Amino acid sequence: MPGPVVRVQEAGFDLAAEAARLTEGRTDIGGLASFVGLCRADDGLAALVLEHYPGMTERALARIAQEAWGRWPLTGCTVIHRVGRLVPGEPIVLVLTASAHRAAALDACAFLIDWLKTSAPFWKREEFADGASRWVAAKAEDDAAAARWAKPA
Amino acid sequence: MRILYFAWVRQRVGVAEEAVSPPEAVRDVAGLVAWLAARSPGHASAFADPRQIRAAVNQDFATPDQAVAPGDEIAFFPPVTGG
Repeated sequence: MPGPVVRVQEAGFDLAAEAARLTEGRTDIGGLASFVGLCRADDGLAALVLEHYPGMTERALARIAQEAWGRWPLTGCTVIHRVGRLVPGEPIVLVLTASAHRAAALDACAFLIDWLKTSAPFWKREEFADGASRWVAAKAEDDAAAARWAKPA
Repeated sequence: MRILYFAWVRQRVGVAEEAVSPPEAVRDVAGLVAWLAARSPGHASAFADPRQIRAAVNQDFATPDQAVAPGDEIAFFPPVTGG
């Protein structure tokens, strides 16, 4: 069984193509969960510019994916995160998780998106139509969302 | 020691990376922050509020008390905002 697939790329991705790639030739997958994060046009946003830490980003994503692989009985996992300049409507991040049954796939998918928001070195800068730009501040609710997956002591 | 800066920390410092040789007294991330902050007004601005700064040592997230040594790759950046 192949392990998690992690990619950091400027190019877009296609949900259907990635789902087909993950499930092709497989008869052991009973549930495939997906999450796609998209660029929203909040407050006149013209573009999001995503910066990352090449090398560490891939390591961090691989580590988070491996953590999910160890915590749930996954039979497939794909994480793709884009970097560079994205305009509203474009996809930013893809998480796919497959398992024999739905609960593991759905829980692992939620875990992965919560964790990668707080544990992978990406930074978003918002560009507006009037030329202004600002760095997105980290949100306390993202920390809270990630914390709910902390393992019991 | 190779120092990398990202996002607004990079903008304030004015460079994306630099090679530095701090004195032996600089032994951990917090000590390195204090030493770097004195290098230029841009560094001082970037490190003005250490609570807003996160660090990585050799591409792993690091706490202020983590040891640093010659040859390490150390990065400073704001709290992450991916996803």
